[in-house]
Amino acid sequence: MTEFIIIMLVKMFVIFGAVMLTMTYITLAERKILGYMQIRPGPNRVGPWGLLQPIADGIKLFLKEDIIPDKASKVVFVIAPAMALIPAVMTLAVIPFGPAVTIMGRQVDVYMADVNIGILYIFAVSSIGVYGIVLAGWSSESKYSLLGGLRSSAQMISYELSMGFALVGVIMMSQSLSMVKIIEAQKGVWFIVPQFFGFIIYITAAIAELNRTPFDLPEGESELVAGYFTEYSSMKYAMFMLGEYINIISVSGIVTTLYLGGWSGPILPPLAWFMIKLLAVVFFMIWVRATYPRFRYDQLMTFGWKVLLPASIANILLTPVFMKIFGYL
Amino acid sequence: MAETKNMILNMGPQHPSTHGVLRLILELDGETVVKLTPEIGYLHRGVEKLGENLTYHQFIPLTDREDYVAALSNNLAYCMTVEKLLGLEVPPRAMVARVLLTELQRIASHLIWLGTFGLDIGAMSLFFYCMREREQILDIFEACAGARLTINYFAIGGLRHDLPEGFESRVRDFIKIFPERMKNDYERIFQDNKIVRMRTEGVGIISKEDAIDLGLSGPLLRACGVAWDIRKSNPYCGYETYDFDIATGKVGDVFDRYLVRMEEMRQSLKIVQQALDRLPGGAHLADDPKVCLPPKQKVMTEMEALIHHFKIVSEGFEPPVGEVYHSIETPRGELGFYIVSDGSNKPYRLRFRPPSFVNLESLAKMAEGKLIGDLIAIIGALDPVMGEVDR
Amino acid sequence: MSEMVVDKLKKRFFASVLDSYSFRDESTVIINKEDIVAVCGYLKSDPDLSFDFLSDLCGVDYMGREPRFEVVYHLFSIDKHHRIRLKAMVGEGEKISSVVGIWGTADWHEREAFDMYGIIFEGHPNLIRILMPEDWDGHPLRKDYPLKGR
Repeated sequence: MTEFIIIMLVKMFVIFGAVMLTMTYITLAERKILGYMQIRPGPNRVGPWGLLQPIADGIKLFLKEDIIPDKASKVVFVIAPAMALIPAVMTLAVIPFGPAVTIMGRQVDVYMADVNIGILYIFAVSSIGVYGIVLAGWSSESKYSLLGGLRSSAQMISYELSMGFALVGVIMMSQSLSMVKIIEAQKGVWFIVPQFFGFIIYITAAIAELNRTPFDLPEGESELVAGYFTEYSSMKYAMFMLGEYINIISVSGIVTTLYLGGWSGPILPPLAWFMIKLLAVVFFMIWVRATYPRFRYDQLMTFGWKVLLPASIANILLTPVFMKIFGYL
Repeated sequence: MAETKNMILNMGPQHPSTHGVLRLILELDGETVVKLTPEIGYLHRGVEKLGENLTYHQFIPLTDREDYVAALSNNLAYCMTVEKLLGLEVPPRAMVARVLLTELQRIASHLIWLGTFGLDIGAMSLFFYCMREREQILDIFEACAGARLTINYFAIGGLRHDLPEGFESRVRDFIKIFPERMKNDYERIFQDNKIVRMRTEGVGIISKEDAIDLGLSGPLLRACGVAWDIRKSNPYCGYETYDFDIATGKVGDVFDRYLVRMEEMRQSLKIVQQALDRLPGGAHLADDPKVCLPPKQKVMTEMEALIHHFKIVSEGFEPPVGEVYHSIETPRGELGFYIVSDGSNKPYRLRFRPPSFVNLESLAKMAEGKLIGDLIAIIGALDPVMGEVDR
Repeated sequence: MSEMVVDKLKKRFFASVLDSYSFRDESTVIINKEDIVAVCGYLKSDPDLSFDFLSDLCGVDYMGREPRFEVVYHLFSIDKHHRIRLKAMVGEGEKISSVVGIWGTADWHEREAFDMYGIIFEGHPNLIRILMPEDWDGHPLRKDYPLKGR
């Protein structure tokens, strides 16, 4: 028992640390890639190629004055960022970064837990994140924050549906809710091929869920200044950002697991394959950000309910037909 | 049912997309704008009052600071008004150079508009592509005048200095590169984008009649289908001799305004090309020793020139008693100057007819009943420059 | 072109046209301030003139003269491409009728003239300061207003 606890604790620290490190460098990568796409160098002052930039940013955010608006409801205002961050970290628990490896004679899985209802767990946990945003918007007592919070709650609820439906296709094909089983089911062909529509729907809804361009309305700078975190500063602001970027990693991890075959791949070790695929998905999101403008609020809702949701339901209906034709059943 | 109240949202003067210090008081029902009241004057510097206390020459740098996105157009409007008051003829080289440079300025101004409009609706990359081409134009201005934003290059009677060496090749480089950039980098990434279309088509429509009634001018009026361009209707600087078309829209929505401005950039480039081909030699400043500063070389060597230089700088000149109004087509619309002269060395009254000020008046008409997202697109398409609105 | 406008105007509003002159090919007509709305309405609606566009409206302060202020209207016709300048004299504390009903754009112009000179436009829907703060004292463009403020 003690051994189990020690292993879990070590794994927790390693995974959390690794994810935090990846996340900080994803912020830099985002700025660099955006920079190159926009014919400018991006951050290049702090360290070689700007490599120390994320650390400088972190220190800056730590040392900033922490302002709580006078009229804000203080308790909620303080709790909200944590409510946005914690669920994001919790989803990491079920993301399978790699298969079991042998360290010091012990079999150790490179993931926290293989829950047999992994997908449901992710949905359950990530839905809690909405509360953080809504409460942040409400408790700030600022009109911009309120509008941002409302926008984002409506958006997240609408897109969560299509997201869930899109995954049903994958679950049908793998006949399991466990992340590890799903990876194993993709031994022959990655689910991106048979579930291509599902993949498109999922990634669209996921980008919307992450509040990223073209669905970045809750924080649409030109409209709502910074949306729900307009009034936040210092570490509380950083916590929203942390949550957002960890969510990017976990969503990319989910996409990798469910559609891109997870850790499987030739020659390179499984963990490397997983990271390559994950970063490719992150790169895709950054690319979309450099290319697309922002939807209008009503168009966003129309798109979610009238296009994405019917499409995801159609995907569920077509999957069994497809499976029958190609002999999965 | 519970009683519902509309929300009052104070947008600006500090807000990312109010293009400066515009303040809008919005009454919102959800996200729908029920009532919109613009509050202006945050950048009011009393330029008209200052103008009454400066000599005619001294006022030129202040015009740069009105519409700072298109400083040369403002220089031109003011200088031409004073020249009209004096009855001063401008030498042909200066005239052609003025046309050339103001058209480049129009392109630069529209590029800023395009970039910021993209930012307003969330397309961030476009901004940097626009800045790249604008940079090239600003380099040309810098070579001419030594300044990039507040250029102050036109003087009463012509140009402050002659065009620099290598001017022609710089402009030719730009002409060569620009149409391709427009097609590949702006239109392909922006115009053909489905979301851009969704955000702009059918948004902020204003009818022809309302547009004229509200005094809209420039690309905004042309987008409604009114083919009025001062360069055609009341030509100045010899615009009647250039071959170009007036771009007009059909419905008068935000997308039409975009198309009109894009087409205007093409037409401007055509004018630049023609002007460059015909750029004559000769003097760059009118030969009127009482009004125009003599060249530095002469000031250093000739007594008479030195005296004139001293008189013009210290006292200025005294135009005849009278009043003139002159307007030109700037990137934003009709920019007019109304100068009343009482025969002294300073204008008795200097009135500035800023296109942005008048265009902004119609914002309420365009945006009421629309969503906040539309409002942002409409402000972006209006292209207000607050320096000019508030003066 | 603009002679035709002046002639027509003189014929039609014989009593209202106080004076007219031309300088640098620009015609100026001085109108009796009581008749400004009638004259403007005519200029806009007459098919030969069709001054449908109010380019500019501004005040001028001739301190020491009676009446002290002038309101200057610059009209333009989008079809005919001609311009004309109208002027109306307004004394201090006197009122002049607003032309908002004829050209909607006059709204802000008149507010500005009120803000800068204190000229009162009768019938204006919302005659409040536009550029200066609401509680500002004085009218900055008046000649007796000091350059450096007070």
